[in-house]
Amino acid sequence: MSDVRVAGVGLTPFGNAPERTSRDLFAEASIAAFEDSGVPRDDVDALLYGNFMGELSEHQGHQGPLMAEAAGVQAPATRYESACASSGAAVRDAVMRIRNGEDDVILVGGAERMTNLGTAGATEALAIAADDLWEVRAGMTFPGAYALMAQAYFDEYGGEHEDLAHIAVKNHENALNNEKAQYQSAIEVSDVLEAPQVSSPLGLYDSCPISDGAAAVVLTSEDYAEEHGLEAPVSISGTGQGGDRMALHDREYLARSPAARAAGDEAYADAGVDAADVDFAEVHDCFTIAEVLAIESLDLFPVGEGISAARDGRTTADGETPINLSGGLKAKGHPVGATGASQIAEVTKLLSGNHPNSEFVADATTGVAHNAGGTVASATVHVLEVTE
Amino acid sequence: MSDTESETRDAGFDEWLDAAEEGAAYYLACPNDHGSLPPRRVCPDCGVTDLEEASLPETGEIRTFTVTHVPTPAFEEDAPYATAVADFGPVRITGQVVGIDTEDVESGLEVEIEVTVSETTGERVLGFSPV
Repeated sequence: MSDVRVAGVGLTPFGNAPERTSRDLFAEASIAAFEDSGVPRDDVDALLYGNFMGELSEHQGHQGPLMAEAAGVQAPATRYESACASSGAAVRDAVMRIRNGEDDVILVGGAERMTNLGTAGATEALAIAADDLWEVRAGMTFPGAYALMAQAYFDEYGGEHEDLAHIAVKNHENALNNEKAQYQSAIEVSDVLEAPQVSSPLGLYDSCPISDGAAAVVLTSEDYAEEHGLEAPVSISGTGQGGDRMALHDREYLARSPAARAAGDEAYADAGVDAADVDFAEVHDCFTIAEVLAIESLDLFPVGEGISAARDGRTTADGETPINLSGGLKAKGHPVGATGASQIAEVTKLLSGNHPNSEFVADATTGVAHNAGGTVASATVHVLEVTE
Repeated sequence: MSDTESETRDAGFDEWLDAAEEGAAYYLACPNDHGSLPPRRVCPDCGVTDLEEASLPETGEIRTFTVTHVPTPAFEEDAPYATAVADFGPVRITGQVVGIDTEDVESGLEVEIEVTVSETTGERVLGFSPV
């Protein structure tokens, strides 16, 4: 089985660019990834590409071959759709294909065009990641779904909105130096508490923004990296995926994410590490409560203790386990189809010392990326390690 | 939504709403005591295929809730409204809480099914009203 190296990563700025098509966004990200990797486009064996709402936002299905063209890649291309975990799922398949010896070089990534839909249109488009018959038609939105989980968490384990506010404050702080982030502005706890309500108890500052953007990653086999003398010190050493029932109400737990736990357990076992080895993580904080559920699912904090981790300084940049040093979805932005691959890019840069926040994890050898789809009916987790 | 579109029914789901409107809401029971909601041909817990309709308990209890201020376009004129997940014996259901001020909705509240209508679209909406 071949090790899988991250040869290069590329990101567009995440933010508000309603005029940009996803083919333009992905072209920019892929150009950056190829330049970073030094891998020629001709060597790419496949493109695996994540996208969620292309039919709704730009009347474009069948985006795989379109994005291969945009990236200048002559290779078979497939689109992965798994809601907000679309490119996490694409990365996982890319890892397995390289390990199997089927491919040596894969371009994997994703893009999403969202802001042209406006807030109402994007809310509607995101909602279709839930069960249309039993959830969407009852008026459930995505913020509403996470609000249901937040209230259930408060009822079961305690905590309050102010605890969640510290997560938003932390992630904005982390994004201050990230030039690709949508928000490079500090906020205070009072800003979060006083912001307009979206779905109680969650307000505007508990929610990630609607974003346009793309991410691309060039993955290669270890043999390819060595034969071509690539400077690729980071490997994806573990991959895992978990699933759960589609509708939140059909789950055993309303305030836990078993799919993420299964994905994390599988990825840790695959890499031969455990939670204690994890130096930092990029997790799917589409809403502040989502970060709590994620860090508990990854066993970085015991169930019921994730809620206070940011407030207590345990997940801040200088804390014991920094979470979302990129700014996370909350401040970096969340172009949904790009998010999973962007997390791989951020963890790679942090581990290789090329990130504006690398100083906070200077001795780190192990980072984790956690990508969730829907109300975590889908989840992928990847472990990245510095190779000797 | 046009008349033509609204005439198209979703098999299993619209029949369930019809039954609920008549006070005869049901769930699907499998021989191994798992409950689930239609439309469904296979028990999602154990995979058996001989599912039978069984009466839903008349009342349920709210497990968690939220008040939504930023809705999808289909509920633009309904907001703010409360949405809840409620336990009805072997199944849980998501519904809109009606017949009570949104600030009075709380976990533990006892409710019954009440099929209501979206003020925005006129479409039927699965609702809960306090007992």
